[in-house]
Amino acid sequence: MRTAFIQELFEIAQNDPRIILVVGDLGFGVVTPFMEELPQQFVNAGVAEQNMTGMAAGMALSGKIVFTYSIANFPVLRPLEQIRNDVCYHKANVRIVAVGGGMAYGSLGPSHHATEDIAVMRAMPNMVVLSPGDPVETRLATRALIDFQGPAYLRLGRAGDPIVHKEEPTFEIGKAITVRQGSDVTLIATGALLYDTLEAANSLAETGIQARVLSMHTIKPLDTEAVITAASETQALFTIEEHSVIGGLGSAVAETLLEAGTYPRYFKSIGLNGEFSAIVGTQEYLRSQYGLDANALVHTIQNGIEG
Amino acid sequence: MTIKHQAVDLRELTKRIRRHSVVMTHLAKASHVGSSLSMIELLAVLYGRILRVDPTQPDWPDRDRFILSKGHGCAAYYAVLAETGFFPLEWLDTFYKNGSKLPGHSTHTHVPGVEISTGSLGHGLSVATGMALAAKRDYKPYRIFCMLSDGECDEGSTWEPILFAPQYQLDNLIAIVDYNKIQSLGTIKEVIDLEPFAQKWRAFGWAVQEVDGHNLEEIEKILARVPFEPGKPSCIIAHTVKGKGVSFMENKLLWHYRSPQGREYEAAIAELEGKE
Repeated sequence: MRTAFIQELFEIAQNDPRIILVVGDLGFGVVTPFMEELPQQFVNAGVAEQNMTGMAAGMALSGKIVFTYSIANFPVLRPLEQIRNDVCYHKANVRIVAVGGGMAYGSLGPSHHATEDIAVMRAMPNMVVLSPGDPVETRLATRALIDFQGPAYLRLGRAGDPIVHKEEPTFEIGKAITVRQGSDVTLIATGALLYDTLEAANSLAETGIQARVLSMHTIKPLDTEAVITAASETQALFTIEEHSVIGGLGSAVAETLLEAGTYPRYFKSIGLNGEFSAIVGTQEYLRSQYGLDANALVHTIQNGIEG
Repeated sequence: MTIKHQAVDLRELTKRIRRHSVVMTHLAKASHVGSSLSMIELLAVLYGRILRVDPTQPDWPDRDRFILSKGHGCAAYYAVLAETGFFPLEWLDTFYKNGSKLPGHSTHTHVPGVEISTGSLGHGLSVATGMALAAKRDYKPYRIFCMLSDGECDEGSTWEPILFAPQYQLDNLIAIVDYNKIQSLGTIKEVIDLEPFAQKWRAFGWAVQEVDGHNLEEIEKILARVPFEPGKPSCIIAHTVKGKGVSFMENKLLWHYRSPQGREYEAAIAELEGKE
């Protein structure tokens, strides 16, 4: 996803001088072509995310479309007040890009895991929250953000996330993509867990359970229609995210259903249970430990339905 | 672009903004009158002589930008904007009131001439730096002036743009510190001593000038000279007196908070009207 984002942005920026990429002294090797070939559209703010974000607001208020870029929590939690006051309050065209959403930086530890970012960004007024499911969606999301008006958060995985979409789907901010049809249960995934969710759905099919899989690449504004339809057409609904179950996709879906008065027979929000991802290991290992890999998903879904 | 700077009588403007600030904080029962009074002359010179702005077109793309990072001093800021024609003077009486356009920290939403909303300290200089960088990248001639409080120089986020701006040679950026030497819970010296203050800015790569922040002629002379050095951002450390102009408020921490009421209000107005 990281590579897809940078390549797409580089391509668009070559013909759009409004675009500025501001990095927090990160992206070695990755941002190099952008830095070397578009120096007038590149800024290294240094290891100073508060200034990076405040400056981004200032540049956006001067007519630029500014992408701030750093790892996991660094562009999100450290400068949170700059995001709230300088970016969101002014409806500035700043796109905050976090690479390493969830536990993508595995063994680097919880300081480098973004596991509350969706909740926090969702709460910001005027902020749109995107969490694409694979590199294809990442390219489409990046493109969609160019002429989008107002602030946005783009949560990415890492380099080498598996491709889910063999063909380019229709992408619209705020519209879920149906990745797999199914009428028994619905699995709503966001971010790179889309791939594992689809694998889980395929395994469930072998046991006779047909799962619908939605890629909820936009968490705010949520595609409430897709959520409500899924809840009324299928028996059980599961949300799947590499994020705390507090305030993320699962919360957004639950709020939507309760307010709409549409109750599935069974609902479960699958994610991290409000704890630090302190176990040491790769992203794959951590997913297995925290019940987020395809096997664990199958198990949880089967238990849910049968229970 | 017509900017009738020379027509403005700075002494008269100063007197009027100072009086508005006291009346506004009185009517609103608001804090921060001392923080407004210390920067009256600085605002008067900026809006009366220096800033290339047009009140009839507050969004003119090539205007100079002014950012009040010390958003709590907004009574004086709103007053200077109203006095120079950005919005009707009557608005000033609604400061803090239910349904008003003018809250207790500078807000851009309904107020012509206010570039950005501030209030949380340590934000303004970064936004100003971003604007200065955008202007440089677009080869635009406008300047960005940012007024900071001394207290907000405690914020780490103030020092991030102080580090950044010289690296990018932003000589279109001018920081003005209203150095009135008193912050929320004590004097600057008692809380977090900033001295040697000018040397700190210089060491970070800024071209620095110090000025008596209540001397109109001196302020104008200094501000007319920016940038002080090509390729460097400029910093003006303005030595000011908190509560300046009302003798019993001067240099008193109490008047960071206290709202002028009753006899104190009457005495303040009498003193301001009697004084040149």
